[in-house]
Amino acid sequence: MNLILLKPSKENLQSYLVLGIGLLIIGFFDIISNTFFDFNITGYLPSLISYFSPLLLGALGLYFIRIEYSGNKTLDIINKNLNSNNFNAILSLIVIFILIKYVPSLLNWTFFDANFIGNTKEDCTGDGACWIFVKVWFNRFMYGMYPDAEQWRINLSFLVLLASIGSIFIFPLKFKNYIILFLLFIFPVIALNLISGGIFGLKWIETGAWGGLSLTFIVSAFALIFCFPIGVFLALGRRSDLPAIKYSSIGFIELWRGVPLITVLFMSAVMFPMFLPDGTYMDKLMRVIIAITLFEAAYMAEVVRGGLQALPRGQYDAAKSLGMGYWRMHLLIILPQALKLVIPGIANTFLALVKDTPLIFVVGLLELAGMIGLAKTNPKWLGMAAEGYVFAAFVFWVICFAMSRYSQNLEEKLSTER
Amino acid sequence: MNLKTFSIDLKNKKRLIPQVLTLLSIILIISYFTFNAQVNMDNRGIAFGFGFLTQEASFDIGFSLIDYDGSDSYARAFLVGLLNTLLVSVIGIFFATVIGVTVGIGRLSSNYLVAKFSEVYVEVFRNIPLLLQLFFWYFAALRALPLPEEAINFNDISYLTVKGWYVPKFLWTNFSIFISSIIATIIAITFISKHAKKQREDYGKHIPSFYISAALLFVIPALSFIFGGVTLDFEIPVLEQMSATIFNFRGGVSIIPELMSLAMALSMYTATFIAENVRAGILGIGKGQKEAAASIGLTKAQILKLVVLPQALRIIIPPTTNQYLNLTKNSSLAAAIAYPDIVLVFAGTALMQTGRAIEIVSITMGTYLLISLSISSLMNWYNKRVAIKEK
Repeated sequence: MNLILLKPSKENLQSYLVLGIGLLIIGFFDIISNTFFDFNITGYLPSLISYFSPLLLGALGLYFIRIEYSGNKTLDIINKNLNSNNFNAILSLIVIFILIKYVPSLLNWTFFDANFIGNTKEDCTGDGACWIFVKVWFNRFMYGMYPDAEQWRINLSFLVLLASIGSIFIFPLKFKNYIILFLLFIFPVIALNLISGGIFGLKWIETGAWGGLSLTFIVSAFALIFCFPIGVFLALGRRSDLPAIKYSSIGFIELWRGVPLITVLFMSAVMFPMFLPDGTYMDKLMRVIIAITLFEAAYMAEVVRGGLQALPRGQYDAAKSLGMGYWRMHLLIILPQALKLVIPGIANTFLALVKDTPLIFVVGLLELAGMIGLAKTNPKWLGMAAEGYVFAAFVFWVICFAMSRYSQNLEEKLSTER
Repeated sequence: MNLKTFSIDLKNKKRLIPQVLTLLSIILIISYFTFNAQVNMDNRGIAFGFGFLTQEASFDIGFSLIDYDGSDSYARAFLVGLLNTLLVSVIGIFFATVIGVTVGIGRLSSNYLVAKFSEVYVEVFRNIPLLLQLFFWYFAALRALPLPEEAINFNDISYLTVKGWYVPKFLWTNFSIFISSIIATIIAITFISKHAKKQREDYGKHIPSFYISAALLFVIPALSFIFGGVTLDFEIPVLEQMSATIFNFRGGVSIIPELMSLAMALSMYTATFIAENVRAGILGIGKGQKEAAASIGLTKAQILKLVVLPQALRIIIPPTTNQYLNLTKNSSLAAAIAYPDIVLVFAGTALMQTGRAIEIVSITMGTYLLISLSISSLMNWYNKRVAIKEK
């Protein structure tokens, strides 16, 4: 008798459903009244039991409604996904309680209590975030100290970049190679001249003034373009059967992969000038781009090597049997296939590159994170660190998430094609 | 590569020329740089050398595991920085593994909420640059903690404040005896598990090595307390009034906010990658393996221990070691929030004072290189050991 009473089954479905849902509702009521109204309905119990009472009530409730093949579709779905055993039931409850406790206050801070209207810190009266800070500094966050009147030059460069990337997908395959060649060789020169100026009557703007999110893109785009060919050469070098080339490639790759980027940047800032002839000066941004390029080239080399290793031996043998030499074989047969294999890997390397760019603050270049560091120490805007870093985190997250999704899609597409 | 093949290489002109050209250009570049560096250093009146390491550093370091003050040498300052780097790396690796394994298993959970929660965690923290996470914890989250007089109190033994996290300090006597007892325990446990394995494989005898090991783990250190004269006391931090408005804690150990935020950022960021490794490792075991194990009558725990884990670990460990390495290298971001690690202490302050760019940057990079190479050679050794021997 006792056992039947405590064993929920299809026969006594109705009563157990009422009992279980009732207990669940009391549990939720407890946590909600605790969180939002500062009122503990189980306050008369010892503090430890009172603290865990929503969990105990909820778990008991979920135990009572755990009835297999109840015939009720909703109940079956809930039981299968959230409530398959006691352990899962407690986990589900903990996740739900965490959401109830923290999501509303997070939303309040971000949206409902936040301030959007106004132009000074004094306009921020609510308890929530002060997005006015981001609004006022938005231009600086995007372009750094680049003069306002000249910012169209940066915008134009990025428009051309986006347009040419977009046209790869629109135009027929015939033009694709030309567009890629344009992107790799001509566009960098145009963009560099357009942004730095000094020719065609454009005002010269020194690299110290470049900054913000646009600098993130400039650094990562240039580093990617340059590190790619170096990486391919290093990968080929590492797989070469000529010992001098093989071991110098291995040495180069392992040297860069073994040290943190920050020390490489330190090196470019304080050690590299010592290696140049006395009196010569190399631009700081250029040194940084060279440093990041060499650093990422080592990682790129390992990605490309993965592709080279994945190709079946037959491809090499076939190319050789056609009488192809080393370079013809690699350029026409091996690399096109190997590179296609590692496109997701290249995308991941680029993703890591973008995430690494904030580090250039160590040499005094201020991209997005650096500009926020500068803005939050402005006497008029003290105490805005959270807003600034949440904004920067959001911007980077959108960019990186989109890229990682893209590379995952590529990965799936390529893996099904093979 | 031995001398014989190299001499064959020398005879083959087609193979010789590119190699000679490569070596020549490397030598040329290096000698060009060395020449310039020599000229530059002569102009500034400094001579290349590591003699400065024994000079007095005359700067203070805010956080140190060993005794250090300004009168110590640069070499000791370097050691302080290195120990701080290793400290934050070890803490980071520990928490990254715990969070990573939990989240990785969570992503495969049949519980929809847990799986989704883990996925959101991975996607959020993996796609935000580590430096931004570090800045967020340090400048935004930990700065919002209360002042010492309103500290968050953990049962009157530990306090969390904006100035750091105060925890009880362990006061040992005869600590070396305790450490020896721990080492003895480890040796005993290795011996027993080896013996048990041999007994099982050779004679089919079952020795409950797990329970014996667990018992030893308590008994031997306990013996060191009873007979070895080891004692352990706790120094609990207490709030003291410094002046009319300034309060602070005295006693105990203070975990500075720099260390806390660095450890949090490193472990939460790296955990996302470890979680993905764990997930891939578990997914990499075919369903047939588990079914085959079940069909020969193994229990669920046995399947996990004898079939799933040994294979999954083979997939999980190499990329995870790589992540540990990345974490150690990423700990150099400490320089951004003034945690005195090797980069800040040595490549920052010491370099600024001595101006010896080449020596100091080389030592710093060399140290990281040494750590990386030793860990990766350890990993290669492990890989060779566990690799499936195909015939």
